Amino acid sequence: MSFLGFPREDGSVGVRNHIGIISVVVCANDVTLRIAQQVEGAVAFLHDQGCCQTPIDLNQVTKTLVNLGKNPNLAGVLLVSLGCESILIEEIREKIAVSGKPVKTLGIQQIGGMLPAIAEGCRITQEMVIQASTIRRESFDDSHLSIGVKCGASDTTSGLISNPAAGAAFDLLYDHGGTCVFGETTEFLGAEHILMRRAATPEVKKKIEEIVTRMERRAKMMGVDMRGGQPTTGNIKGGLTTIEEKSLGAIVKAGTRPINDVYEYGDKITKKGLYIMDSPGREPEFLTGVAAAGVQIIIFSTGIGAPQGFPFVPVLKVTGNPNTGKYLSDHIDKFVKLPEKGENTISQAGEEIYEEVKAIASGKKTKAEVLGYGQFSNIFTIGPVI
Amino acid sequence: MIKKRAIVINSKDNVATALDNLKAGEVIQEEVDSLKKNIKLNQDIPFGHKFSLKEIPSGSPVIKYGEVIGSASKLIKVGDYVHIHNVKSNRGRGDIKGGSQ
Repeated sequence: MSFLGFPREDGSVGVRNHIGIISVVVCANDVTLRIAQQVEGAVAFLHDQGCCQTPIDLNQVTKTLVNLGKNPNLAGVLLVSLGCESILIEEIREKIAVSGKPVKTLGIQQIGGMLPAIAEGCRITQEMVIQASTIRRESFDDSHLSIGVKCGASDTTSGLISNPAAGAAFDLLYDHGGTCVFGETTEFLGAEHILMRRAATPEVKKKIEEIVTRMERRAKMMGVDMRGGQPTTGNIKGGLTTIEEKSLGAIVKAGTRPINDVYEYGDKITKKGLYIMDSPGREPEFLTGVAAAGVQIIIFSTGIGAPQGFPFVPVLKVTGNPNTGKYLSDHIDKFVKLPEKGENTISQAGEEIYEEVKAIASGKKTKAEVLGYGQFSNIFTIGPVI
Repeated sequence: MIKKRAIVINSKDNVATALDNLKAGEVIQEEVDSLKKNIKLNQDIPFGHKFSLKEIPSGSPVIKYGEVIGSASKLIKVGDYVHIHNVKSNRGRGDIKGGSQ
């Protein structure tokens, strides 16, 4: 079992060969976007952070940007700053450069404004794209794959087929020695005891409990009891009876294997196995978090139809809702059928998703990639903006 | 072969989920403990809602995804509609004011 990927100097394998134009601060987004629009082969990463934040958030943003830069789908990185921001661009450059890939920086104030910044940025990126274009895909076994999973715009079909099928694909990758990352801590509520039972060690079990308690505590500080209103009236109408059932329907997308460890948001995950990244469920922040973890592809299970992609990590959209598969065919890559006869549909759908992951890994494009849906991302932060 | 009317996610489950709007009196064939069984529905089961594959005594676990999703709050007979009227959460309830119990 193998796929065709781009070898990287640090031993990782890219499934794409983009040059990442990464804005380090919200004020540099405009220039970042213009460079990426001009140069074929470049992609922009934009966000709202990088200045006027508490140290805990500046550290989180720095770490996340470093690990995004290290993502194997990027052959090279251009960091763009305004110049007066709190975040330190040179620190980010040095840390990404450890991976061995070319990393350059560009400051809008230093170079004399937007126009020269765009011109210089395009020149730097053009050279990087030409260099990257000489890298050839090679065959790697599946243990070099690192995959994330997410669900969003869910409906009844999510918990019945697309989430369990995504979970079956995760189990296949786990068994092939790859890396599987899930998160969305809010969705663990009511099923955290089941995840804790799957922890590989007592320490991991304790960490799972800690991230759930921490998330609930943060919500309580805002006066919200997250457990109280679950399942919602709409959920009950749809057939969900208890919070356990709702959460199980969500976490089933991460399969059934032991949970090897728990990571903080934006951490890089290089080990093989199944991992949790503490993260919110909202798409722009979640997708960024797992991209920073180093995943090459994200499986996204949806019911009603979520369109989001990510600038340099292909997002494979899977639905079990036949109407969504048909009417939102611009966005859905894979339709998995609810059982019609006696067949074991879940494991079969899991195998189909796994094959689709490998096809995408070898170069097949996703709908979101082709349409460029997913230009607006963000980084999860905790404290106030100052 | 007839069209499948319900799905059992895990072989340990004691409930099935309707894949269509099912009517009281309808007979559904499902595999229960590796044996094909005919289950006659005692009530209407809307799409996405659950019915029982086995008798579940009051206080016993209701199982879906191979895991406990709550406890029976009264005796649930084979073919009964399974929802908030006969299942209580062990981890918190949204349909009861004040939340967890």
